[in-house]
Amino acid sequence: MDSALIIFDGANFSRLLGGLGVSLRIAVLAVVISLFGGVLFGMLMNSKNVFIRACCRVILETVRIVPQLVWLFVFYFEMTKAFHIHLDAKVASIIVFSLWGIAEMGDLVRGAITSLPLHQWQSGRAIGLTKTQLYRYIILPQAVRRLLPPAINLVTRMIKTTSLVVLIGVIEVLKVGQQVIEVSIFSAPSAAFWVYGFIFFLYFIVCWPVSLAAKKLEQYWARRGV
Amino acid sequence: MVDEKILLEVKHLQKKYGGNEVLKDVSLSIHQGEVIVLVGPSGCGKSTFLRCMNGLEQYQGGEILLDGVPVPREEKDWPVIRQKIGMVFQSYDLFPHMTVLENVLLGPMNVQNRSREDALKEAQALLERVGLWERRDAYPAELSGGQKQRIAIVRALCMNPEIMLFDEVTASLDPEMVREVLDVMLELAKQGMTMIIVTHEMSFAKAVADRVLFLDEGIVVEENSAEEFFDNPQTERAQRFLDTFNFEK
Amino acid sequence: MDYDFIVNSIPLYVKAAELTLVLSFWGILFSMILGIVCAVVEFYKVPVLKTIVKVYVEISRNTPLLIQLFFLYYGLTQFGIRLEAETCAVVGLTFLGGSYMAEALRSGLDAVQKIQIESGLSIGLTKIQLMRYIILPQAVGVAVPSIAANAIFLMKETSVVSAIALADLMFVAKDLIGMYYRTSEALLMLVIAYLIILLPISIAFTLLERRLRRHGLGTNNI
Repeated sequence: MDSALIIFDGANFSRLLGGLGVSLRIAVLAVVISLFGGVLFGMLMNSKNVFIRACCRVILETVRIVPQLVWLFVFYFEMTKAFHIHLDAKVASIIVFSLWGIAEMGDLVRGAITSLPLHQWQSGRAIGLTKTQLYRYIILPQAVRRLLPPAINLVTRMIKTTSLVVLIGVIEVLKVGQQVIEVSIFSAPSAAFWVYGFIFFLYFIVCWPVSLAAKKLEQYWARRGV
Repeated sequence: MVDEKILLEVKHLQKKYGGNEVLKDVSLSIHQGEVIVLVGPSGCGKSTFLRCMNGLEQYQGGEILLDGVPVPREEKDWPVIRQKIGMVFQSYDLFPHMTVLENVLLGPMNVQNRSREDALKEAQALLERVGLWERRDAYPAELSGGQKQRIAIVRALCMNPEIMLFDEVTASLDPEMVREVLDVMLELAKQGMTMIIVTHEMSFAKAVADRVLFLDEGIVVEENSAEEFFDNPQTERAQRFLDTFNFEK
Repeated sequence: MDYDFIVNSIPLYVKAAELTLVLSFWGILFSMILGIVCAVVEFYKVPVLKTIVKVYVEISRNTPLLIQLFFLYYGLTQFGIRLEAETCAVVGLTFLGGSYMAEALRSGLDAVQKIQIESGLSIGLTKIQLMRYIILPQAVGVAVPSIAANAIFLMKETSVVSAIALADLMFVAKDLIGMYYRTSEALLMLVIAYLIILLPISIAFTLLERRLRRHGLGTNNI
């Protein structure tokens, strides 16, 4: 059998897509949690209280500086131990990616708000807006525009990083791929090339439109001068 | 002070941006030691005109002659010509990653291959003249706008140019710093430097200029001596332009 | 906590850290070289090469390193291309990092203001002198924070190479967990090892960035 066709042999194709679905579900859940959590975290990072700001900074840097794969292992094994429950690898993944996402997203939110020039706040005040109105009409619309492109890029990074969950035993696309290759080791010797190539392509097809959207949005708003 | 020799001559310069004709037909000749001031409403093409004379803009028609020799249009020839035509810009154009002295020495040492001692001697003399030799090791970020512009002038002078172009060099300065820069330029004029100046400072223009060119919509509308132009403009457009600088209650 | 176990495992971690550092070093170095080449190609808009660079950047940025490594290490063997695991790791890191470095440098080049180029020209600098004295130093100055972030990102990404059987820090921790079930100790050491490597680098970069900004480089230099 021609090895390239191994991808379409039997249920292989739908199994691979199903595997990708597992990764994507983890990614989507983590992204949604991160978006909401990140906005809250970002506002905390902008708090007037020095102590709160310092705490946020420490959390952010700690989450950021250790590789995500290490955090996956720490949570997967240690949560199980600490709470004497067997934490499902998927749940551990969602927790880790959410925490990471919240931290990164929070930093983006903080950056977007502080990057607004001071005179925007002042001129808003000068025409008599209340604090809520100031946020509603001046700060948020501008902050969101600055925020969206990098936030979308973060989403791509999170999707890419979900590929790591295979290493703590989640059955996802890479694992399915390995199974397919093992089964056909004699019938299709070059299966590894096609299967891994196909998975490579799958990730690209998922991430690329997202990156493209971020770029287009950035260019669109750059042209309009915001 | 003004010599008979024509140093720079521009004949029928034409410049388009797409379909927009910025310079329709501008001619000018400047004698050795002469100071010409270009005035005109914003967008009249005076900055573009200046930039053409430094090879920073492509032009579609006309000719530029330096010392009677036509200046070639090719980009590769410009580095040589630019050594003879110094230019200072409106915004802070010092190189921010270099100290004051490095800024000033970059051209003489790397373009003209002069020895460090030789270049340094001249840099010191010029920096002392503008009162900034003490700040030679400072970075541009540590200087005021006026100081930056005085150093930008020194940087151009250190190449020993035959003619200096000034493109609204005080336009982005705080008012109290304008004077220190204009004084340097007045001083240069007194010493016989040939200069073409674009400015909105009318009283300065009157004091420094031998001749005034009034540009509007891409053509020279009026060309006159400084006294005549300011006290007794010949065209109605120049009159209207000058009126915008006067306030009446 | 079993402290004897921790003390005894230190040599293992040190050895693994060496591999992590060596892989990071080559990965970052080659990424930087690839990045400079790509950024200059994009800056001068070299025909054909420009398109190749664009395609490469998109592919590299939109696929995970883990999959890239699997493809390189397992996928290519059937075609007689048998790369050493170390080579695979460095090639993978370079493929990934090159695009990140290119983007960082490109935005640095873009940030050099037109007036800087013009005033360089106006004192008679040639194109090459302009690149050397004005554009590159300023571009690198602006790009330093992104380059630093990318370098740290690549060092973190090396944790993935354990998946192609390289005995890096991650690999040792997994090994200890598998053999002795000392999960907490092994993972604590792992986290500490990464902190020891990455924290000083991160702090050093922050200081460098501050120094550059004081000299009017970096963002918003006016």
